[in-house]
Amino acid sequence: MQTTTALLQVLSSGIGTGAVYALVALGFNVVFKSTGAMNFAQGEWVVMGGMVTALLIGTFSSVGLAVVAAVVLVGVVGLLSERLTVQPLKRPDALVITLVTIGLSIVSRSLVMLVLGKKPVGYAGFSGNTALSFGGVSIQSQTLWIIAITLAFLVVMHAFFERTILGKALRAAAADREAAAIVGVNVGSTVLLSFGIAALAGALAGAIVTPLTLASYDQGAIFGFKGFSAAMLGGLGSLPGAVVGGLALGLLEAFGSFYISSDFKDAIAFAVLLLILFVRPSGLLGRADIVKV
Amino acid sequence: MASIEAKTGPMTHSRLPQRGLSRHARLALVWLALAAVPFVVPNAYWISLANLALINLVLIASLNLLMGYGGQISLAHAGFFGLGAYASGILNVRYGVPPWAGLPAAAVVAGLGALLIGIPALRLRGHYLAMATLGWNAILVVFFTQLVGFTGGPNGLLGVEPFSIFGHALDTEAKAFPLAWAVAFFVMLAISNLLASRIGRSIRAVATNELGAQSLGIDSFRTKLAVFVLSAGMAGIAGSLYVHINQYASPETFGIAPSIMLLVMVAIGGAGTFYGPMLGALIYTAVPQILLDYEDAELMLFGLGLLVVLILFPRGLAGIPAALTGLVRRRRA
Amino acid sequence: MNTPRRTDDLLEVENLTCRFAGVTAVDDLSFRVKAGEIKAVIGPNGAGKSTLFNMIAGVTRPTDGTIKFDGARIDRLPTHARARRGIARTFQNLQIFREMSVLENVMVGRHLRGRTTTLSGLLHLPSVGAEERAMEAAAMALLERFGLAAKAHAPAGSLAFGQMKVLELARALASEPRLLLLDEPAAGLPHAEADKMAETIRDLNRDGMTVLLVEHNMRMVMSLSHDILVLNNGRRIAEGTAEDVRRHPEVLSAYLGEEAADA
Repeated sequence: MQTTTALLQVLSSGIGTGAVYALVALGFNVVFKSTGAMNFAQGEWVVMGGMVTALLIGTFSSVGLAVVAAVVLVGVVGLLSERLTVQPLKRPDALVITLVTIGLSIVSRSLVMLVLGKKPVGYAGFSGNTALSFGGVSIQSQTLWIIAITLAFLVVMHAFFERTILGKALRAAAADREAAAIVGVNVGSTVLLSFGIAALAGALAGAIVTPLTLASYDQGAIFGFKGFSAAMLGGLGSLPGAVVGGLALGLLEAFGSFYISSDFKDAIAFAVLLLILFVRPSGLLGRADIVKV
Repeated sequence: MASIEAKTGPMTHSRLPQRGLSRHARLALVWLALAAVPFVVPNAYWISLANLALINLVLIASLNLLMGYGGQISLAHAGFFGLGAYASGILNVRYGVPPWAGLPAAAVVAGLGALLIGIPALRLRGHYLAMATLGWNAILVVFFTQLVGFTGGPNGLLGVEPFSIFGHALDTEAKAFPLAWAVAFFVMLAISNLLASRIGRSIRAVATNELGAQSLGIDSFRTKLAVFVLSAGMAGIAGSLYVHINQYASPETFGIAPSIMLLVMVAIGGAGTFYGPMLGALIYTAVPQILLDYEDAELMLFGLGLLVVLILFPRGLAGIPAALTGLVRRRRA
Repeated sequence: MNTPRRTDDLLEVENLTCRFAGVTAVDDLSFRVKAGEIKAVIGPNGAGKSTLFNMIAGVTRPTDGTIKFDGARIDRLPTHARARRGIARTFQNLQIFREMSVLENVMVGRHLRGRTTTLSGLLHLPSVGAEERAMEAAAMALLERFGLAAKAHAPAGSLAFGQMKVLELARALASEPRLLLLDEPAAGLPHAEADKMAETIRDLNRDGMTVLLVEHNMRMVMSLSHDILVLNNGRRIAEGTAEDVRRHPEVLSAYLGEEAADA
């Protein structure tokens, strides 16, 4: 029984972390789909989400309002970033956009540092720092919030991509830019939109995970890297892939550090990631596009 | 008309007729000028920067071969640099292998590290190499950090011997300079040679149009794999130079952040231009020194500078003259 | 050409089939290309011409059937290995190296005639310099033959469309292939240039080149080809000389009917 309890404990924390990774991966995938680029700024938006929420909690005195305001604000930062740096590019190929997002991540990180400070910040969970007990398994209430909010966001995103004209246009442009342009989709605006959505998803991830981890200006690279790993694990550019990849990575880390060693936690996750790349190079849910040799 | 086009083309390495000097003479002249560096700089600190710049040049030029000419992105270049450094350093510290034998061993180990990840990743279309190498570099760093018995872990690898010539140790910055200078020269020469051969043309052809290249009998997978392994091998050489000149190595030098920075430096210098990496190496070495005074604003200035260059000069700093002459020519026409 | 002239079949296609997601693009097709002939494949849009062409070139893998080149099966070989056997091709939607010079494009075409390895290239052994000069001379000779010598050092992407098509042909010839696959060589060309292209192909054939071409321009096909294969819905509906094909009732209804309707 002891082991079952421990197992469930690890499982729940893995799912909680995995949900956050899934959100970051989703943002990564949306930009990848619309531009073919790896978005190095994704993790910075996660940090911004957490730090701006912390700042706003004082003024709004409501966690919910602060989270919503912070997420919207960072979403606007995402839109602005695209207009200022990606849109002016003369030849916006995937490589140049990738390099631009590196510049963007550096500027974003230093901006956060200069404006919001170097000290890690945090705030209480949405139901306080409480834990719920299910037959000996103690789960933090914030973990449940994370899972619920992530689920809600995924449902909204799914509806957006499947039901709205804008979402469909975004998918069309991702599938075939030229064809989409021919039928009247403004491809430039879909890139803008993808940056907005990516920033939104990243900020949300940051806002809901900060009660558990604190937020600090220099964590962006790690979040970005985890989100990117999850995206690759699940299958680049796939929305369900982001979810599966995020959860898989979260669970891998949780079980890896529990059963083996937390020193090698990252290495275990990466090793499995590489193994998957060797065996199923397009990720768990991605479609194989192997060059015939 | 046609010859004017050729002279101002951005790719100095190409077989197009060039004004004046041959590519070999040009490279030799540049290196002769570089030889004066230790005599004109004020102190040993500057020479140490020059050595670092030459090592960075090997790194950036080899990454440029892969990225600028081969069209592939590696985010594990610092990891291969580290593989070379630790291979050469560990062989020396733990097994008493002299640095001169460690240098080729470093190239081989780094090349094997690239082969391992390149075989699965390069069979895929798209930017899978970038993705896979990012994960690969992360794993390498964990090994560098955790295999304390070999690498010295986070404290670094201590007690690495310097190179020596006829029993005479190259243990000061000034003594090490000629070595870094010569190795960097030979790497640049090798890259220039390769680019001027049918192999170099096939590398560029695969990068430009894979389907077209295959139809002409070029095995695109093997071409990409070869240039990736070669580029990593050169990074390994840089690693050996680094570890024996510094007589020390620690994991943070070889992480993902420096890998990303090297990529950025290739782009800033001018991807796909032969001398662009020299500008990249200069900036990579100098910027941290210059921005030291700005403390917190350092990152911001660097990031903004990067964005400005990427947006205004997509061909990098080395592309500016060509862009300007192009502008002038258009005005005159 | 230094290859021995053969009188038998250079390319043999047997029971070739290609299905994509339930659609049969090419259906149990068999035909041959004799050494030294110009053979054309025609058919209305969607007849399976492009799929057939891509299977021979190694871009699309057949679902079933075999392709033999010079007696040996090639249907499982990757594109570059087929080129190595002596099959060169052009593309309907041009695949030139735009950022490289016109001369360099043709020199890449000569890749298979070179011997330089990565190692000898790095070291710049004396053989490399000699090979480079020889390749450049051979490429230049081809450019002169096709009237592109004046543009040798211009970026290939700066050429006019018609010149790019000629460049692709020159590049394909640089490897000295035994079979030339031409994917719509006249498509997009104005009348005069299409006629010139036909003349060029005829000259090449006169020098011994075997040609298999897919083309929409009926005038060109009829005047040029020794043998014509007509496809419809992935199947052969006729095969023979221009005269045979022209009179074939199924061809009239399937293909020429469409042409007439277009006109």
